[in-house]
Amino acid sequence: MAAPPPRIVALGDAALLVDFSDTLDLAVNARIQQLAEAIRRRRVPWISDVVPALGSLALHFDPKHYDLATPPLEAAAALVKDCLGRKLPNLADLARTVDVPVCYDAALGPDLAEVAERCKMTIEEAIRRHCASPHRVLMVGFAPGHPYIGGLDEKLSVPRRATPRPIVIAGSIAIANTQSVVYPFTISGGWNILGRTPLRIFDPGREPPALMAPGDRVQFRAIDRAEFDKLARPT
Amino acid sequence: MSLRVSKPGLLTTVQDLGRHGLQHLGIVPCGAMDPVAHRIANALVGNPATAATLECTVLGPELIFLRDSLIALYGAAFEARIGREPFPVNRPVMVRSGTVLSTGNAVRGARAYLAIAGGLDVPEILGSRSTYLPANFGGYCGRTLKAGDVLAAGQDLKALSEQRFSRVTLKLALAKPQFQSVRWSAPELTLPFGGIVAARVLEGRHWAQFDVASREAFLRETWRVSPDSNRMGYRLSGPRLTRAKSVEILSEPTCLGTVQVPNDGTPIALMADHQTTGGYPKIAEIAGADIPGLAQLAPGGSVRFVKCTLEEAQAARREAQERLRQVEQAIAWELGIK
Repeated sequence: MAAPPPRIVALGDAALLVDFSDTLDLAVNARIQQLAEAIRRRRVPWISDVVPALGSLALHFDPKHYDLATPPLEAAAALVKDCLGRKLPNLADLARTVDVPVCYDAALGPDLAEVAERCKMTIEEAIRRHCASPHRVLMVGFAPGHPYIGGLDEKLSVPRRATPRPIVIAGSIAIANTQSVVYPFTISGGWNILGRTPLRIFDPGREPPALMAPGDRVQFRAIDRAEFDKLARPT
Repeated sequence: MSLRVSKPGLLTTVQDLGRHGLQHLGIVPCGAMDPVAHRIANALVGNPATAATLECTVLGPELIFLRDSLIALYGAAFEARIGREPFPVNRPVMVRSGTVLSTGNAVRGARAYLAIAGGLDVPEILGSRSTYLPANFGGYCGRTLKAGDVLAAGQDLKALSEQRFSRVTLKLALAKPQFQSVRWSAPELTLPFGGIVAARVLEGRHWAQFDVASREAFLRETWRVSPDSNRMGYRLSGPRLTRAKSVEILSEPTCLGTVQVPNDGTPIALMADHQTTGGYPKIAEIAGADIPGLAQLAPGGSVRFVKCTLEEAQAARREAQERLRQVEQAIAWELGIK
């Protein structure tokens, strides 16, 4: 695929954005993650953060090493061009598959019945399709460990809710359009909640702290309430 | 145990220079809002720049020192006192065990940093001791300080404090029963001089999407830091900013100093605890050199934006770094530290 070259723009004076696309494209997103990995492997001391997002990638410069590369924006742009000019790392072989047990009970997935009805299918069918979708983490952002997951079965595509819920419990799995999210913390949210996982999505004391990283495949798996309660119990 | 909190103040947290390298997992660097002030506070007690300090905001805490300690309070000008004596700010101070330091209100600026010899000893989480309030981790139990909290500094605090303080030339010392200090003080680097802070800005990624009136207003108006501002971002009250055409924006990375404009038209300047990504249009990016000055604005404070080029912003950053380095070196020389 001959992708157009990305635009490289300054993001203030200590970061830059490599902008690939204004719209969500899974192939472009995969390429962004490959580029992120290629840049990370260079271990450039003055780049502190490499942040792949949905259609773009940010490089944050480490202010402590700021004068190592002058001017840093040009140096970083040259680095990006050089990485794109070579073969990008194949991430398909490296990608982890994260198994995520989900309880789809009405009490934990308050929007599931409505989503099934809108999509003209039974609740069982909606669960089956959600579990069978080839989910992949497109970006982690908004909150620590908060994944944006692509690959949702298009037959399950529904818009965001008109009115966001003031409280969405941590672990809730929700969909909107062709994406899924898993809420790492109890916050407000406007996506359609299908169920909840007993797993901790973010734990600062764990290594790695975030359950999901960009590029991970995600396998949702239906569990019953008894298993949810068992797994949710603190050990 | 080194110090006990008797009054917590408005928003007192443990901070350092932040956790880096984890933004791809949604974890923002956070750290001191005014990292220049944090660094100078550390320099004044002989600490490395990375040591953890207490960030005191607008209304400072009251602290009881449980051991003889070398401390420094640097940044916003607080009505700090020890008993009836004014507390000498912006310099190393040796306080005796049992001393009560009341920091009161900030009369100029918004944030000061209290450093203690050896640094505050809280667990390092993901490479930093900074408190990250939005997700309640880091710092002291992931939260702002409360009355009764007891914090530790290095185990050899008393010896370390005495050893570092004894190197300071005390010929013209300020000697009081509860504390001892010096006549010199570190210069103020980040406090606003007048009423309005001027911050240099670069055009943001979506600058051209805003209508002409909004672009002009952004650079012409004086913006007020609204009361619902916090360590994540400053909401700026002023005229509503609108885009000529409201195009949906794919969520993308943001950074410290990004000025984004949500649909209500009120710009938000992203500060230390901001989200790593966001889907709001970016009208501007504040020059890194002017972030510490902005961090010294309390709600109600005013800011104006002045457009600059990337080269000017980079030059300003280098200049600010050089000035900081000189002050740190001068302090180290006074303390007899190489």
